[in-house]
Amino acid sequence: MNTLLQALVSGLSIGSTYALVALGFSVVYRGSRVINFAQGAMVLAGAYLVSWLALDHGVPFIAAIVLAIAVVATGGMLFDATILRRLTAKDINSSVIITLALSIGLAAVIEICFGTTQRELGDPWGADTVSVGAVSLPASRVWGIGISILVAAAFVLLDRGTRFGLAMRASASDEEAALAVGVPVWRVRSLTWAIAGVLAVIGGVFLTAYPSSVTPTVSSAALAAFPALILGGLDSPSGALLGGVVIGIVQVLAGTYQPTWLGDNFDTVAPYAVMIVILLVRPYGLLGTRPAERI
Amino acid sequence: MSATFEAENLSLAFGKVVPFEGVSFSVDAGEIFAIIGPNGAGKTSLFNTLSRVYQPQTGTLRLEGRDLLRSRPRDLAALGVARTFQNLSLFAHMSVLENVLVGRHHLMRSGPLAAGAWFGRTRREEREHGFKAQEALELLRIADLADTPVSALPYGQQKRVELARAITMEPSVLLLDEPVAGVASQERAAMAQVIRDVHRSSGVTILLVEHDMNMVMSAADRVMVLDFGKVIALGTPPEIQADPAVVNAYLGKAAS
Repeated sequence: MNTLLQALVSGLSIGSTYALVALGFSVVYRGSRVINFAQGAMVLAGAYLVSWLALDHGVPFIAAIVLAIAVVATGGMLFDATILRRLTAKDINSSVIITLALSIGLAAVIEICFGTTQRELGDPWGADTVSVGAVSLPASRVWGIGISILVAAAFVLLDRGTRFGLAMRASASDEEAALAVGVPVWRVRSLTWAIAGVLAVIGGVFLTAYPSSVTPTVSSAALAAFPALILGGLDSPSGALLGGVVIGIVQVLAGTYQPTWLGDNFDTVAPYAVMIVILLVRPYGLLGTRPAERI
Repeated sequence: MSATFEAENLSLAFGKVVPFEGVSFSVDAGEIFAIIGPNGAGKTSLFNTLSRVYQPQTGTLRLEGRDLLRSRPRDLAALGVARTFQNLSLFAHMSVLENVLVGRHHLMRSGPLAAGAWFGRTRREEREHGFKAQEALELLRIADLADTPVSALPYGQQKRVELARAITMEPSVLLLDEPVAGVASQERAAMAQVIRDVHRSSGVTILLVEHDMNMVMSAADRVMVLDFGKVIALGTPPEIQADPAVVNAYLGKAAS
C-alpha cells in the first residue's frame, strides 16, 4: 500500500513537469497548427542555461531562471518570425522538418558548448527530501508540483479570461479571416512561442533538478511529454495537463511494478503503450475536439 | 448625405492584365451600394482592392476622410471596415457563438496583464461582448444555433454566421463579397431580406459586390455597373435597368 502511494505521488510530481512541457507543445499547436518538435531541445537549452549561469557565473538561482526564460522565449519568437513563418507560408507540413532541424541543431550546439558529461543544475534544494507519513519526495519535486500548478493556472487564466485564447484559436483556424476581423495574427503567434519558451525553461528546471541532472538525454525525457500531449488531445490545454499527469503516473507505476519478464526500462515504453490504447478508444485524445462532420 | 466611403480613380494592373481602371465612386453614409457586372468585369478584383488584399497602382480610397491605402489589412477592423468572403472564411473548430465573438476581438480591452489585475472588469466586458454577439445572432435569426459547431451547418446558415460576425464588429462600412453566391435560389430572397434587416437595425453603410441581378435590384439604393474593368453606369435600380449601356453589356448589342 505504501509502495503504491509512493509511486502515485512520485508519478504526480514527474507528471506535473511533463504537463508543463506538453502545454508548451499545445500552445504552439493551437496558435499555428505547428507541432514543435524542438520543444524538447528548448527544454534542454533552458536547463543548460540555468546550470551555466548559476554554477559557472554565480548568478542567483531565481535570476538564472528568469534570464534563461528571457533567452529561450526570445529565441523561440525569433525562430518563428525569421525562419518558420517564411518557410511554412506555402505548406504547413514543412514545419515538421524545420522544427526537427532546430531540435537537432540546438542539441548539437549544446553538446559543443558543454560536452556530454552530466552537470548539476545549481538549484538550492540539493538532496533535501520532504516526508509525509511513509511517502517522501525530493524537495525539488515538491516545488515542481507547486510551480506547475501555479503556471498552469496562470495559463488557463490567460486562455479563458482574456481575448488571447480566442485570438489564438482564430489565428490557427483561418489566418485570412482572423486578419479581417482585426486579430493581429503575427503577434498572437509570437506570443505562443514566447509562452512555449517559458514553459520549456520551467519544465527543464524540474526535469533536471536533483535527483536528476543536466545531461543531453533530458531532451528525450522531455519527449515523454509527447504521448502526454497526444493522449490529452493536441488542441486542448487541459488535455495536455491531464495527459502529463497520467503519463507521469503510468511511468512510475510501470517502473515500480514491472514484471521481470518484460525486461528493464519498460517504464520508458509504457507511456506510448498507454497512448496507443487510449487513442484506439478516443481517436482525438481524452479532451481533444472531434472535428464536426456533415453527413 | 455625406460621402463616407470614397474611391477615386482606382486602377489595378497585374503586368499587362488590367482588371479595372479609373474607377471612382462614393458611397453615402447609411446607403446600400452595389457593384455588379458580367463575368470578368473586374468585380472581384475591385472588391479585393477595396478590402486591401490588392494594392492598386493609382487612386485613393478613403473612409470618413482617412486614407485606407496606407493601412494594413489587419488594421481595417479597428478603422471600421468589416468584410465577408465569397467562399466563406469561418473558424471551423469553433461554435457559432465563438465565431461571432471573435468579431469583437478588436473591441476587447482586457489584455493579458489587465486581466490579472482587473478580473472584475474582464468579467463585465465578457458579459457585454457575449450579449452583443447574441444580439447579432438574433438579428440573423440563428440564435438557436449558438452552440452548434459551425462546420456542421449548411452553407446558407454559414453565410449568416459570417454576416453576424461582420456586423458584431460594429463597423462603419460593411463589405459583402457576393453574399448570395452558392446559396440555393429559394434562399436568396431570404438572404436579401436579412441584409435589409441588418441595414435597417444598425444603419451600417453596406457595399456589396454581387452577380445576382434580382438580389441587387431589390436590396440596393444605388448600383454601379462594371464592364471590362470600366464603370459604365451608376444610378438607382430603375435607372440602371433602363440604361441602354447596361442592357448591352448583359445581353449584347441588339442586331440592327
